[in-house]
Amino acid sequence: MFFWSLVLIAVGIFSSFIYGRSRIKLNSKKQGTKSKSLPNYYAQYVLMWCLFPALIVYFSWAIFQEQIIQNIVISNFEFIEGAVYNEGLLLAEIRNVANNPSFADGKSIEIINAASHYSSLRQISQISFYTSIIIIMLLGALYASQKLKPEFHAQHTIEKYIQYILIFCSSVAIFTTIGIVFSLIFESLRFFAEVSIFEFLFSTEWYPFIPIREGQTAAEGSFGAVPIFAGTFLVMVVAMCVAAPLGLLTAIYLAEYASPRVRKTVKPLLEILAGIPTIVYGFFAFVSVAPFVKAFGQSIGIDASPTSALAAGMVMGVMIIPFISSLSDDVINSVPQSLREASLGIGANKAETIKKVILPAALPGIVGAFLLAISRAIGETMIVVVAAGTAPNLTGNPFENVTTVTVQIVVALIGDQEFDNPRTLSAFALGLVLFVITLFLNIIALQIVKRYRERYE
Amino acid sequence: MSNSKILANGVDVYYGSKQALFGISMDIKEKEVTALIGPSGCGKSTFLRCINRMNDLIEICKVSGSIKVDNEEIISEKTDVVSLRSKIGMVFQKPNPFPKSIFDNVAYGPTIHGLVDSKNDLEEIVHSSLKKAGLFDEVKDRLNEPGTSLSGGQQQRLCIARAIAVNPEIILMDEPCSALDPIATAIIEELIDDLRLNYTIIIVTHSMQQAARVSQKTCFFHLGELIETGETNKIFTNPDNTKTQDYITGRFG
Ligand SMILES: Nc1ncnc2c1ncn2[C@@H]1O[C@H](COP(=O)(O)OP(=O)(O)OP(=O)(O)O)[C@@H](O)[C@H]1O
Ligand SMILES: [Mg+2]
Repeated sequence: MFFWSLVLIAVGIFSSFIYGRSRIKLNSKKQGTKSKSLPNYYAQYVLMWCLFPALIVYFSWAIFQEQIIQNIVISNFEFIEGAVYNEGLLLAEIRNVANNPSFADGKSIEIINAASHYSSLRQISQISFYTSIIIIMLLGALYASQKLKPEFHAQHTIEKYIQYILIFCSSVAIFTTIGIVFSLIFESLRFFAEVSIFEFLFSTEWYPFIPIREGQTAAEGSFGAVPIFAGTFLVMVVAMCVAAPLGLLTAIYLAEYASPRVRKTVKPLLEILAGIPTIVYGFFAFVSVAPFVKAFGQSIGIDASPTSALAAGMVMGVMIIPFISSLSDDVINSVPQSLREASLGIGANKAETIKKVILPAALPGIVGAFLLAISRAIGETMIVVVAAGTAPNLTGNPFENVTTVTVQIVVALIGDQEFDNPRTLSAFALGLVLFVITLFLNIIALQIVKRYRERYE
Repeated sequence: MSNSKILANGVDVYYGSKQALFGISMDIKEKEVTALIGPSGCGKSTFLRCINRMNDLIEICKVSGSIKVDNEEIISEKTDVVSLRSKIGMVFQKPNPFPKSIFDNVAYGPTIHGLVDSKNDLEEIVHSSLKKAGLFDEVKDRLNEPGTSLSGGQQQRLCIARAIAVNPEIILMDEPCSALDPIATAIIEELIDDLRLNYTIIIVTHSMQQAARVSQKTCFFHLGELIETGETNKIFTNPDNTKTQDYITGRFG
């Protein structure tokens, strides 16, 4: 049904455009004056007045139709005294029968009645849907066509409409973000209603397995997130130990030593690293790096577990190299050439120039790049899910299993559970912490990078 | 003559396939101020940057011919560019202090060249360089403030102090006053006059008056060629070439 209505709308806007164009030409010829804007703008004006009301009708139907029909069907359903009904199941049954009459065999008479009621309601809805779309488009076109006078500034109006459309589009993203933040906050509040915030932030026992069903025996849940934060931190530190030197040295090479041709090929190649799906890194970490780490640990007499902070951190480090190298390369490049010339002109060699002039001048920007990379590392999920393990160990030993905030969120949400127990709600609290930390890091980083840019522009 | 400091012979410079200098030959005497003048784009900066091999930084720039500094060829693969540059200081059109303290700006050169053994020596050099650049009295109470916090004219003098701190023999100046007001310009011109006693100076300038005031020799460039060179007095009063005549009387450029 919705496909054909799209065709209908397409036909509508096409003919409204043609109509608007010929109408304004006719009108200006009749009055003997030239129209204030080009005919196309009048045509677009009519088109918009056709399109947007139609779209509003379209979406309100798409959103509300099913709900309304179901409500009517249920409220007219002949419930039998004493019988217990599950509304969801009942509706599914009614819909099945309505869509496929062969399912009607053996169903009770109430259901069959309701199913035919449902079908007839759908039919009515469909007819009224098409009629209202046609009517609303005609009304829109009618309203718009009254304005098609040569002295009407169609172009100004169109530009205003386009501005509204742009504002609408950008506010979609903003409001979605705000919505996400609020849902995070509200669900977290539900969590903190059951678990004290001090326990969450300061206690060191993470044992979220609480009885889900009545009669099930399990220990009391315990929600001290410290081991999780510590694990996240440990993996992040390992990642930065890999990424910071490699990324920075790469950036220095690219910006100061590489010929333009090398730079033009190497930089995009590196950026491809950032485009590899993180799950691929994840199983690379699990299949190749983790066993290696384990073997290495054994060779130096440390008992390493099959998944470890070290394995996950190293691979994550490789993943964030391009963030650091690419951003730092930009920063180093934006150090003014005049500083290089000043230093070289005094007789400093290249290494001294880089060490004593370029890097200090670029330092704030490089720090910004590091902070962005850190916030990326903290938010990374798939690598750690696969390669760091899920055991909430409070340890500083990178050969051990650790778990991170993102992993625990995944663990908490796996399986079909209702969002009414602290275990699943803990995901939101953890998410909120993660969000606050990365937001904070990003703000600081962007601020630093920005201030640095201003200094040289 | 024996006291020629820089001797250029048939210097050609190409930027990619575009030739910017055509067979420049020039003889620059020790402890004199030589002014390079000429219309914009005629290759003054390019020539200046050949002398301390600064054009090496520009990928597409190719220099050929011969330039001898103290009778040593510098347009050659074998030239030790680093020691050449420590012998030749450069002051740029736009003041370009490092984003470091005033003190560290001046101390930079002496430190990397290992000219000093102790902190006291370093302080000594920094202070004397700032004095020679005529900046010391203005900044002596705030040597730890960033060099970039100074005014444009002060920054330019800081750059001069930074250049002379490594005790060069030659100072190249590329329009050192173009970003400065008349008062700051006057101070720098006076400074150049003082520096002449100890250094060989080559200055690029767009101001005829400045060239006339500070220089002993003047070279007139036009479209990549050295048209005329001679005593400043003569160039400005009685040039041999009509192009020079036209330029200094403001008929083109
Ligand atoms: N980096 C470069 N790449 C390509 N061409 C260049 C480059 N630098 C200078 N040129 C060219 O070389 C010629 C001489 O330039 P140069 O900067 O030496 O002129 P100038 O006499 O210093 O001019 P101005 O008085 O404006 O500073 C110009 O035609 C310019 O276009
Ligand atoms: Mg120039």
